[in-house]
Amino acid sequence: MQNTKYRTFPRGGIHPPEWKLSAGEPIKEISAPARVIIPLTQHLGAPAVPVVERGTAVVTGQLLAQGQGFVSANIHTPVSGKVIKIDAAIDASGYKRTAIIIDVDGDEWDSTIDRSPSLNKNIRDSREEIIRKVQDAGIVGMGGATFPTHVKLRVPKGKKADMLIINGVECEPFLTADHRLMLEKGNELMIGVRLIMKALEVKNAVIGIEENKDDAIEYLSGLAEKQPGISVQTLKVKYPQGGEKQLIKAVTGREVPGGGLPVDVGVVVHNVGTTFAVYEAVQKNKPLIERIVTVTGRSLSTPSNFLVRIGTPVSKLIDAAGGLPEDTGKVVLGGPMMGKAINNLDIPVTKGTSGVLFLPADESHREKADPCIRCSKCISVCPMGLEPYLLMPLAEYKLWDKAEKEKVMDCIECGSCSYTCPAHRPLLDYIRLGKMQVGQLIRKRKQTV
Amino acid sequence: MSQVVLYTIITLSTVGVVSAIILYFTAQKFKVYEDPRIDQVDEALPHANCGGCGFPGCRSFAEACVKAETLDDLFCPVGGNETMAGVAHILGKEVVEAEPRVAVVRCQGSFEYRPRTNHYEGVSSCAVEHSLYTGDTDCPYGCLGQGDCVEACAFDAMYMDEETGLPVIIDAKCVACGACVEACPRDIIELRKRNKKDRKIFVSCVNHDKGGIAKQYCSVACIGCTKCVKECRYDAISMDTYLAFIDSDKCVLCRKCVTVCPTVSILEINFPPRRIKTEAVAAEKTSLTRESGKISDNSDSLK
Amino acid sequence: MDKKLLTVSLSPHLHGKETTSKLMTGVVVALIPAWLVSVYFFGWDAVIVPVVSIGSSVLFEFLIQKYLLGKKSSIQDGSAIVTGFLLAMTLPSNISPWLVILGALVAIGVGKMSFGGLGNNPFNPALVGRVFLFISFPVQLTRYPNPNHIIISDAVSGATPLGLLKEGMRNGEAVSGLLDQVPSHMQMFIGAMSGSMGEIAAAAILLGFIYLLVKKIITWHIPVTILTTVFLFAGILWLANPRNNADPLFHLLTGGLMLGSVFMATDYVTSPMSKKGMIYYGIGIGLITVIIRRYGAYPEGVQFAILIMNAFVPIINMYIKPKRFGEVKKNG
Repeated sequence: MQNTKYRTFPRGGIHPPEWKLSAGEPIKEISAPARVIIPLTQHLGAPAVPVVERGTAVVTGQLLAQGQGFVSANIHTPVSGKVIKIDAAIDASGYKRTAIIIDVDGDEWDSTIDRSPSLNKNIRDSREEIIRKVQDAGIVGMGGATFPTHVKLRVPKGKKADMLIINGVECEPFLTADHRLMLEKGNELMIGVRLIMKALEVKNAVIGIEENKDDAIEYLSGLAEKQPGISVQTLKVKYPQGGEKQLIKAVTGREVPGGGLPVDVGVVVHNVGTTFAVYEAVQKNKPLIERIVTVTGRSLSTPSNFLVRIGTPVSKLIDAAGGLPEDTGKVVLGGPMMGKAINNLDIPVTKGTSGVLFLPADESHREKADPCIRCSKCISVCPMGLEPYLLMPLAEYKLWDKAEKEKVMDCIECGSCSYTCPAHRPLLDYIRLGKMQVGQLIRKRKQTV
Repeated sequence: MSQVVLYTIITLSTVGVVSAIILYFTAQKFKVYEDPRIDQVDEALPHANCGGCGFPGCRSFAEACVKAETLDDLFCPVGGNETMAGVAHILGKEVVEAEPRVAVVRCQGSFEYRPRTNHYEGVSSCAVEHSLYTGDTDCPYGCLGQGDCVEACAFDAMYMDEETGLPVIIDAKCVACGACVEACPRDIIELRKRNKKDRKIFVSCVNHDKGGIAKQYCSVACIGCTKCVKECRYDAISMDTYLAFIDSDKCVLCRKCVTVCPTVSILEINFPPRRIKTEAVAAEKTSLTRESGKISDNSDSLK
Repeated sequence: MDKKLLTVSLSPHLHGKETTSKLMTGVVVALIPAWLVSVYFFGWDAVIVPVVSIGSSVLFEFLIQKYLLGKKSSIQDGSAIVTGFLLAMTLPSNISPWLVILGALVAIGVGKMSFGGLGNNPFNPALVGRVFLFISFPVQLTRYPNPNHIIISDAVSGATPLGLLKEGMRNGEAVSGLLDQVPSHMQMFIGAMSGSMGEIAAAAILLGFIYLLVKKIITWHIPVTILTTVFLFAGILWLANPRNNADPLFHLLTGGLMLGSVFMATDYVTSPMSKKGMIYYGIGIGLITVIIRRYGAYPEGVQFAILIMNAFVPIINMYIKPKRFGEVKKNG
């Protein structure tokens, strides 16, 4: 079933160039590299604690580290081989953090994992079992936020969800991983949606897709017609529609209150990548050990979508996509709007890596910042109704109290303000600093109370 | 005509008198009692409003001094012992003499010793760069060189050396207010005991990485070899995850540790040149040390 | 810097194509139709005054930045060109070039650079220059030439319709009678009347307005609220007393209202930041304009209205915030 009325969120937003270069490229599997680096922090929350030691021989899918506390996630080995050390390694955070380093030897899989390509349609597990399997599999939000999925599957007491939204927006320019997944794994996705609906005990699920992915909309709408309660909602193209709060507003018209959670308005959002991972975990008993990564860039010879084992170094993906372009000036993990620039090509792919983007040297520099002319374009594009022009100097001059009053914490760091500023001011750089400092102040205040 | 002038004078005078009366009573009604000693103490303070005492401005510090029972935890780093003695005199309280201190930059990662591996672009703020990644060298502990500390210094006691890309503290002007220590997101700057003739011995590194890793990105990093710990007879040097630290209260400035350090990460500053040591290695080391002596500028012309 | 080093910076890694100078160019382009009309009606004079004005504005900005402030010159951002062009558009075409240069000096020197340059000036620089000239040299500033190519009765020569109205009302004449002496609405719409260079042709200004909207350089909020407020307020006065008040359409088409609301009031630096703020600001300008026109000593009030509301902009920005996402109404 397809809802024909195109919707979008009402306030703010921008239209960056799309550059979905790899949209027509089918997903290709990349073989495991000789050595993988598995950071213990691939999710939001406490780092996982290793259950293997140096020298332990592991088979693909075996548990490497146990999630610690409520907000944390398990980590499994994506390869078979031997743990050679547990040491600090640089990861996407830009800093060295503890990681398990494994030398690959063969590709022997854990026998309990169902590796057959057949579709497993029957949902046998109970609600609790689904959540437990998702938790065991170490699934996290794969859109980039990497929030542990099992936490989101448990609706907090006293609250009720009545709708599930599947995020197939992929509003970041360049990225096509979710798009390809929707085209190639549509049947699996439908079962994944059913599983999440069962876990959340909701009757309605809406898959939100932007209209530039018309093939995916058509395909999934066809599949959804046979599925009661599941529908596809076409959305107008606008960045940052993939933001959770923006997506909920676009699909349902409900507005998540400031500082609140989506479930406060009865909605839970999951990414399509996560949904597919849930299918594999529950129906195939396969933990989250690989993901689809878009490797793209306008000077790259073959922009592609790869199915990659977690822990594969970025350099390996570059080789698979035709080598590092001569003129590369910047390498970004994730999309160009919210992704992180990296300085080291040995950084591994983690659960939250949706893409690797190469920007040519002439596009990787910022323009000189001019004085603010108060054109108020940053206000018009801010999807959260904030005033970036005001927040930036507040953070620059360390006026944290005022920044808090101006709702700096509501910022979702989408980057629309910096993108649009005609004076090229580094608005988001300072707003991020403000968020960090105000966040610390709030935590301190909570501790003293 | 004269009548108009007369009326004007009368009207304006009446308005004036009435306003004065209103103002007087309002002032009486809203008068706040304030300990007169606060003003006195405030006057004795240096009025740098640097926040080095931990209070927002000199006035709040004065209030705290008057309120507090003892002056033990209160110290004005700018005015030093002299000012505190004055404050104690006004309040009739005792004050303990505090050791004078000075800020020290514990990083030698100049362009030469620690090559740049990438190019950082963005706002000139250490705090922002620190939140992003290790910095434009791979050292996750070292100086980022954006000068947050220099900006925080209210006494013009710091500047960025353009050749090394590191901040330099002018000892003569430093009052040890601690603003730079607070500003540095990597805790590189430390307040140490001020010795005679501003002599200093300290480990000029804050890198906790293993020796082999630290050496990869910085040739003058502390590699945690513990040679200095063994050499020190005064138990002044401690080792914390591959990083040596010299306690300035215990150090007697014997300079033994400096000679054994294989990476020249222990600096000796403002000492007379050594007489002994003819070995080539030592000579090289001294030249290195002298070069990196830039880390502290103590030129007398500034005094 | 070694070229092989990768660049690392915070996101976003893309930037839109908008730049300050592009926005400024857009404003200049939008002014061209109004300027062409004035060239058509006033001839060569309408070419000389803008050239002098723009030239001296840019020169003064350059000189002040270089020698007084010791800063790097920023004339390439184009804001001085806009100021100069706007200033010229508010002046009569037969004005002496020396006055234009003086106006440009005040606009740039006092109106803009004394506050710290682009982005920091509380008042619209072009208007500061214009008002300075208007108050210092009232005769030169109100002695308008008659438009060429148009045959109109001698009665209106040299006076703007608004001036004529004010003069007549002072003499106790009925407005309804005076209106017979001014050009028809249609004539005023295409610019066939006396007035400053840029303000005469409402049609050309509206064309520029549409261009600015299409290019997304400004939003509709400020001009539309000003014009609506003037129309409604003047309309109420007219309905209440048609003898002493001109009809609302007359108010919209005469004087500097169109030019002011589209190009002056919308100046980025001196207008409010939020959409809601813009509406309050527009209403304020509209009300003050009509009050000055109807009850004040001057025939025209737009310039003062905009400057007065400029002064309120910081307060508007402080108290009128955009609606935050997720702001819930407090229902107890």
